[in-house]
Amino acid sequence: MDKTVNQKAWFLVLPVFLVVAFSAVLPLMTVVNYSMQDTFGNNQFFWNGVGWFKELLDPSTDLGGRFLASLGRNLFFSLVILAIEVPLGIVVALSMPREGWTVAACLVILALPLLIPWNVVGTIWQIFGRPDIGLLGYVLNAAGIDYNYVSNDIDAWVTVIVMDVWHWTSLVALLCYAGLKSIPEAYYQAAQIDGASRWAVFKAIQLPKMNRVLLIAVLLRFMDSFMIYTEPFVVTGGGPGNSTTFVSIELVKIALGQFDLGKAAALSLVYNLIILIVCWIFYTVMTNAGAERKVQAESEPAAEPKPAAALKPVPALKPKEGVA
Amino acid sequence: MARIDLVDLAHSYGGNDAPQDSFALKPVTMTWRQGGAYALLGPSGCGKTTLLNVISGIITPSRGQILFDGKDITPLSTQKRNIAQVFQFPVIYDTMTVGQNLAFPLKNRGVPKAEIDKRVAEIGRLLDLEPYLNRKATRLTADAKQKISLGRGLVRSDVAAVLFDEPLTVIDPELKWQLRSKLKALHRELDLTMIYVTHDQTEALTFADTVVVMHDGRVVQSGTPAELFDKPAHTFVGYFIGSPGMNILSAEVRGREARIDGHVIALNRAYDNLPVGAKIEIGVRPEFVEVVAPAPGLLTAKIERLDDLGRIRFARARFGDAKLAARAPAGFTSSDGMAGLKFDPSHVHVYADSLLVEGAA
Repeated sequence: MDKTVNQKAWFLVLPVFLVVAFSAVLPLMTVVNYSMQDTFGNNQFFWNGVGWFKELLDPSTDLGGRFLASLGRNLFFSLVILAIEVPLGIVVALSMPREGWTVAACLVILALPLLIPWNVVGTIWQIFGRPDIGLLGYVLNAAGIDYNYVSNDIDAWVTVIVMDVWHWTSLVALLCYAGLKSIPEAYYQAAQIDGASRWAVFKAIQLPKMNRVLLIAVLLRFMDSFMIYTEPFVVTGGGPGNSTTFVSIELVKIALGQFDLGKAAALSLVYNLIILIVCWIFYTVMTNAGAERKVQAESEPAAEPKPAAALKPVPALKPKEGVA
Repeated sequence: MARIDLVDLAHSYGGNDAPQDSFALKPVTMTWRQGGAYALLGPSGCGKTTLLNVISGIITPSRGQILFDGKDITPLSTQKRNIAQVFQFPVIYDTMTVGQNLAFPLKNRGVPKAEIDKRVAEIGRLLDLEPYLNRKATRLTADAKQKISLGRGLVRSDVAAVLFDEPLTVIDPELKWQLRSKLKALHRELDLTMIYVTHDQTEALTFADTVVVMHDGRVVQSGTPAELFDKPAHTFVGYFIGSPGMNILSAEVRGREARIDGHVIALNRAYDNLPVGAKIEIGVRPEFVEVVAPAPGLLTAKIERLDDLGRIRFARARFGDAKLAARAPAGFTSSDGMAGLKFDPSHVHVYADSLLVEGAA
């Protein structure tokens, strides 16, 4: 069939184009513009070329040192919470009931932490962990364990990690549960007939059938933990010292604390780029795995995950909610 | 290798206290002999899969016993019974190769490696899976996957019976034939008891030497395909087996005569002791009713249409409220749409409350 050529159709696209321009392209270009300049206030700007970027990647400068240190802390944090939340989420999903009213009860209980706003989570744990009035802090200290997240680096890290595990393991568990529920009953029956042990069933059936949702879970948790701001900021404020200062906390300090717009813009661009690259890697891996599957399987009812969800735009130089 | 006996076996998903009518499987006592090829035939929801799952141990029956060679195995788990089962949709382990899939049941039972390799090679050859043994199982077609599912059952040397739960549902029609002949060949070669669940009568009649027909949770007849065709024990069997199914007509039966709307149809046997108050029907297969030109003494019916099946033509006829199918001989035409019906007395059966009544000679 011949297509009718009608250039007027562009007018239909125009509103969207304008909205995207004002909401994404222009702000981003503003950041790019700032990243090339220095300002001393009074709206006076001086050209600095790629100076900020050079400084950012050079650990011997103040900016570079702070950025790379917080980046290292952030990567370490992401790895730790992934190493805890993914296996824990799988275990929780496996031990959930498969039918009956308890399913609904479990789902509601699991969803509760996910419904609490970030800064409320932070406040809960900030109070919960206080040695003087917090239940956790008080009990630990009464039991003879010297716990104080305000003064001890390790205690601060443990608190932040436990808080994140508490907040987000549910997400991994719910995703895994969805994956488990999509396995047809016949697989379990066949495994029973084949005399498979519980562990063999997990390895041969459940884990392979969950790998899609696990990939999504890892992706979501990595990105969220890599962009974490509010919770550690509310609990520890990045301290003691700089021990829990993650990249976004550093970014807000530079942008809003010191009002170094040039440095902050450069940092946020690099930060954004890192997340984009990681997203792209995950996206490629996922679509490749998906394409491979499609060739093989015709009858698999596994839910098609939306890779687009992985590409949610990362706010550049836009502090997360809960920061005034 | 085993004979399987079911003793007063019944199952209800609502528990043993549920009313008998709601049982998915009503009490049944029967024997599956060693080495038999059985088909369990019935419409969807008639309880055939329930019966199969009870035998394999996936479901624990509400009451009754299952004996393998006279030994009660009802309380044993699926793992401990020597049963193989092939499901409607192919079950394969995604991460494994075909060979690893076949080895899985043996590995789980701690069989030595050398023995496993030998058995896997043997079964691979038997099922024509040899070229694929080192390939990932996920990449194969549905029929190859079903063969793998079957192979996982056969690979165990101690397997007593192989159960099939509509295994050809997802297979292309032309491959169905191949796979079914493969199953028959395997059955001859391995001397295994095979129980094959299906709702497709062609599949059942071509595969099995004994067909067990189920209806509404009950086993209504078990016999060779010829027996089911010639002498259905239940009007349902007559209706379900054969295409078109048996004609079932309400009638008054006395002695050697059946009366329908005052017309007399001769019977081969005498029926003098029919239960009082029962619903009496006669059943006759369309193959044994012939449409001829109307004549006195013959039941006259209106021909509604003629179905030409190529080899044979069937007339769809109606008289009063009753409808029936009848064989139309070559060259039969009807100018006014009316025809006489000629019944073959030796193939007219009498049913009381849907059950076959044996007349006296």
